[in-house]
Amino acid sequence: MSISNIFGIAGTALNAQMVRMNTTASNMANASTIASSPEDAYKAKRPVFEALLTEAQTNAGAAHVGGVKVSGMADDTTPHRRIHDPGNPKADEEGFIYLSNVEEVTEMVDMMSSARSYQNNVEVINTARELMMRTLDLTKV
Amino acid sequence: MKLFDSAFGIHQQALDLRGQQMEIIARNIANSDTPHFKARDLDFKAVLNETQSGHSLKTTQSMHIKSASSMGQGDLVYTIPYNTSADGNTVELSVEQAKYGKAAAEYQATLRFLEGSMSGVRKALRGD
Repeated sequence: MSISNIFGIAGTALNAQMVRMNTTASNMANASTIASSPEDAYKAKRPVFEALLTEAQTNAGAAHVGGVKVSGMADDTTPHRRIHDPGNPKADEEGFIYLSNVEEVTEMVDMMSSARSYQNNVEVINTARELMMRTLDLTKV
Repeated sequence: MKLFDSAFGIHQQALDLRGQQMEIIARNIANSDTPHFKARDLDFKAVLNETQSGHSLKTTQSMHIKSASSMGQGDLVYTIPYNTSADGNTVELSVEQAKYGKAAAEYQATLRFLEGSMSGVRKALRGD
């Protein structure tokens, strides 16, 4: 049944977009985190999406073939900004602290984009559900 | 039953294919943010012609390997995007949304045709 597969496929997309929104929330929460070295400083996280197409990723005949999954998390490689603040308890021996590389505006845009994608997939499910109900109505006298 | 075989005509296969087409568009929409994903579509005319004429490999044993198209894989075509994107993704969301809406409407149209022929058969059976 192809119509019922739509629920599985759109479901994987809802899942992936939810992970993306959670990542944005985590990035925003850590936007003002500071550290004493660039290695320890918070790096913005980005989910990496991958299509579920190969046999190894899905069980044969599974309802979500062709869906999407989050295959991993990538760190943003933008260099960290450092500021001179010797009074800060996190300051290194030279008096520098390192800020996270989270860009609030980028995160907001990303959040809007994932919210739109989420809505799109909800709409896909709604349409499929409606059509399924109408198909069921064929049996009515 | 000859009556039921011919009563619903092309619409039985058409309904199945419309559903399949919607599934493929749902895949595209689900992967609208996946890098390097290539949008696909069903060549509706080609598949329907094939199901109508039965031009597929004849299998005499259940273990024979079927052709790709009869397994529902061969007639997928890659859509050509109107614009290019930086990440190699060829899904254009608004185009896919429009296609999904069209496919849903066509599915409903096929359902309506089926409803019509079903009520016809029902009337014939009831005889009133």
